[in-house]
Amino acid sequence: MTQTMTQPGQPRLEVQDLRVRFDTDEGSVLAVNGVSFTLGAGEVLALVGESGCGKSMTAMATLGLLPPTATRTGSIRLEGEEIGGLGQRELRRIRGREISMIFQEPMTSLNPVFTVGHQIGEVLRRHEGMTRKQARARAVELLDLVRIPAAATRIDEYPHQMSGGMRQRVMIAMAVACNPKVLLADEPTTALDVTIQAQILDIMRDLRQELGTSVVMITHDLGVVADIADRVVVMYAGHVAETGTVDAVFANPQHPYTLGLLGSVPRPDLVLADAQDRLTEIPGVVPTLRQPPTACVFAPRCPRADQTCLARMPELTETAPGQRAACVHPGPAEAEQKEAMRV
Amino acid sequence: MKWYIARRAGASLLTLFIATIVVFIGVRALPGDPAIALSAENPSPKVIQAIRHEYALDKPLPVQYLAWLDHALHGNLGTSPKTGLPVAQTLAERIPITLELTVLAMIIAVAIGLPVGILAAVKRGSLADYLASTTALAGLSVPHFWLGILFILAFAVDLQWLPASGFVPLTDPTANLTHMIMPAAVLGIGLAAVVMRQMRSAMLESLGADYIRTARAKGMSEGTVIGMHALRNSLITVVTVLGLQLGVLISGAVITEQIFVIPGIGKLTIDSVFSRDYPTLQGVILITATGYILANLLTDVAYSLLNPRIRVSGGAA
Amino acid sequence: MSSIAATATVAPARRGSRLRRRFARRPVAVVGLVGVCIVVLVALFAPLIAPYSPNASDYHAILKPPGTSGHLLGTDDVGRDLFSRLVVGTRASLTAGVLATVLAVVVAVPLGMIAGYYRGWVDPVLSRITDVVLSFPFLILAVGLAAILGPSLVNAAIALAVAQVPMFVRIARGEVLSLREQEYVQAAVVNGAPTRVILFRHMLPNILSPLVVQVTVAIPAAIIGAAVLSFLGLGVQPPTAAWGTMLSEAQQYVSQAPWFALLPGLAIALTTLSFNLFGDGLRDVLDVRMRS
Repeated sequence: MTQTMTQPGQPRLEVQDLRVRFDTDEGSVLAVNGVSFTLGAGEVLALVGESGCGKSMTAMATLGLLPPTATRTGSIRLEGEEIGGLGQRELRRIRGREISMIFQEPMTSLNPVFTVGHQIGEVLRRHEGMTRKQARARAVELLDLVRIPAAATRIDEYPHQMSGGMRQRVMIAMAVACNPKVLLADEPTTALDVTIQAQILDIMRDLRQELGTSVVMITHDLGVVADIADRVVVMYAGHVAETGTVDAVFANPQHPYTLGLLGSVPRPDLVLADAQDRLTEIPGVVPTLRQPPTACVFAPRCPRADQTCLARMPELTETAPGQRAACVHPGPAEAEQKEAMRV
Repeated sequence: MKWYIARRAGASLLTLFIATIVVFIGVRALPGDPAIALSAENPSPKVIQAIRHEYALDKPLPVQYLAWLDHALHGNLGTSPKTGLPVAQTLAERIPITLELTVLAMIIAVAIGLPVGILAAVKRGSLADYLASTTALAGLSVPHFWLGILFILAFAVDLQWLPASGFVPLTDPTANLTHMIMPAAVLGIGLAAVVMRQMRSAMLESLGADYIRTARAKGMSEGTVIGMHALRNSLITVVTVLGLQLGVLISGAVITEQIFVIPGIGKLTIDSVFSRDYPTLQGVILITATGYILANLLTDVAYSLLNPRIRVSGGAA
Repeated sequence: MSSIAATATVAPARRGSRLRRRFARRPVAVVGLVGVCIVVLVALFAPLIAPYSPNASDYHAILKPPGTSGHLLGTDDVGRDLFSRLVVGTRASLTAGVLATVLAVVVAVPLGMIAGYYRGWVDPVLSRITDVVLSFPFLILAVGLAAILGPSLVNAAIALAVAQVPMFVRIARGEVLSLREQEYVQAAVVNGAPTRVILFRHMLPNILSPLVVQVTVAIPAAIIGAAVLSFLGLGVQPPTAAWGTMLSEAQQYVSQAPWFALLPGLAIALTTLSFNLFGDGLRDVLDVRMRS
């Protein structure tokens, strides 16, 4: 069963200049500052960054699930149709049906007082108008789809009777129940063991294959990105730092932040080839923006920063074929070595 | 779950047992010769002897206790030296009255407190929430015996709608209700404030939980999110709280019955203290404690029934 | 090790001013604080504030309404000035409330902390005892104690204290139970610190917040409790001025002199409301800090 609605060439999901601002007791926080990306049919886009960079907020904003203290501007198009300005009533028809979301903590994301079958069946009864019996049968099928053994008995179990990995699979089953066009996955594997992680990613890969769902995979784990994503968007302090295909960005990172991220991942293969002897760390912490930045937001932590970087926040521009970065000194690590040699 | 109930029942029984010992010792700790305390005014030496024999007052304390406990388990709680009637009989007459008062109060409390609490949580921070919360706080702060007097002033003296005091048995439902409505309202208002605050707090906690975020992300209607997902979790907490409030209700009943002159066990307690009717006092305290322990046990059972984590034992971690 | 201890309890001065600011942002809580201060001041300076002696009866001025010349709030059934009686009555209420709470804290907190820390056999035994105390509805307990000890303000305070103990024990025990798993405690144990030091220097400051909140709940509850007991004749004995006794005296004159019944109750209500508002505000402010 594949998605047939997307016109060839038209992105399934298109986000333009998304901005999210929170008004708190201690002033405003600019969580997302002008984030744009596109998602094609059947594509997996990774949204990468450290905690606090705004990647989760971007996803929540897409579904209109922000708390009342948040203000959002920007355009969100689902298959060409603008959904950014829709009211809650219309958004509810989209949530769970056209765009689904799964979350990081399977322990607490499922309601402890209802059975797993009930929670999956809910979605079916609401969006597809199924009866209880139909929903129940379909729920068993879905549990099978996500490879939960003995689905017919497990359907009457409560979340606390299941392991973390199984709960996350239930979440996935709930999310794909109505065959949505887009699945937003907010760090689905972060809270799980590495072995379970691999299983979950396998399931997601298969579902993408079988159902043609487009996936936005939010993660801070570059291993996950390498494993499952086609394209990647690197975020920093609510801005997009770099974007491109996974192969290109990993082989030829343009933004110094991406470089730093990649350098901080232990790579046994590189160590063996003598190409990596130390893990690099990026000193400092991700800033919380309260005002629109007047300088490059990464400058304080950047080894390449100079006067031009402090003049204004750089725009996202194409710095290599198919790759875009928001940097005035983009380019691979050799550039840094040249700088170091010059001093 | 059966294990859970069995354990709780066992604990309750133990508590009850210790409570009976406490009651027993308490009465023995009263000033003066117990034999005289247990007899009517100006007893003759022969009467005192008889009482000493009946209550085994010349035997060691543990033996006395066992004798007393034995009597109690057979329904013999002694005889009131003031009225001459068996204590058990008086209690049996009066318990239903206090029970009616308590039940009415609970109905009022839940009928007001529950919906207002939910509303305040859903509309958190709004004017409605603010008003509701402040009113609840005021309701908690107002001493309910004062409230009772105010009610009497307003409804009985000024408006003359309701009788100021007294009681009519349920054989005449209308008259019974007109006499009971004010005391029940007085008791119920304080409880309503507690219920409202607990409900609000429980709902706020539920509404902030991750599974609510999931429910919304699934596209469920707000009605379903609040009315099913959040409410079902909050109810568990509130039921527990209601059970615990029973003790407060009984305390409240004591004063309320005093003010409105309702012949329940609350009034009996006070009367028996002042008239030094110790067998009755002992009986009342015993029965109240027993009832309360029982109510707590029932609340625990209700809690375990409502909470699937206890009802259905967990499988994998 | 000193740095471990320091991270557990934030430098007091800085924390205090932040709390004060957050508290000041809640007008309702500030109103409560003001109310509490007024009550305390009235209680402290009662003899100076009251125009008449609270027991001075004047049979020519019985049940006079408020506004009568010389009697701001009227008189009672034997001609005593109500304003003076109310003012002096503040002492009885506040004394009972504070005494009961202090007694409860002094007994319950160490017990609870010990039970939570040592567990062993102390814990279940204490649980049983608190269960038993809890199985008697407060007023029944108070009545029973009054029967044994005799009615007086102090005995009423004792009865109230007994009723408050279970709650404080539960809080102290609960907090210690969770705190003993904290790393700085385990570090102190490993470093050979004596239990006394661990309990009182490391843990006590950290359980102060919930205890303080409970105190602001306990005092008004005790004030109402004392008023109830006085109302029933089991607390303050006449002719001493106390709000509860005034209410019971006023009961029979409800139709003739409603203010006589209204005023003492109003005093109780306003006092408890002030404490409750203050307590609520305090809890809001401390809660946020506890969670962060």
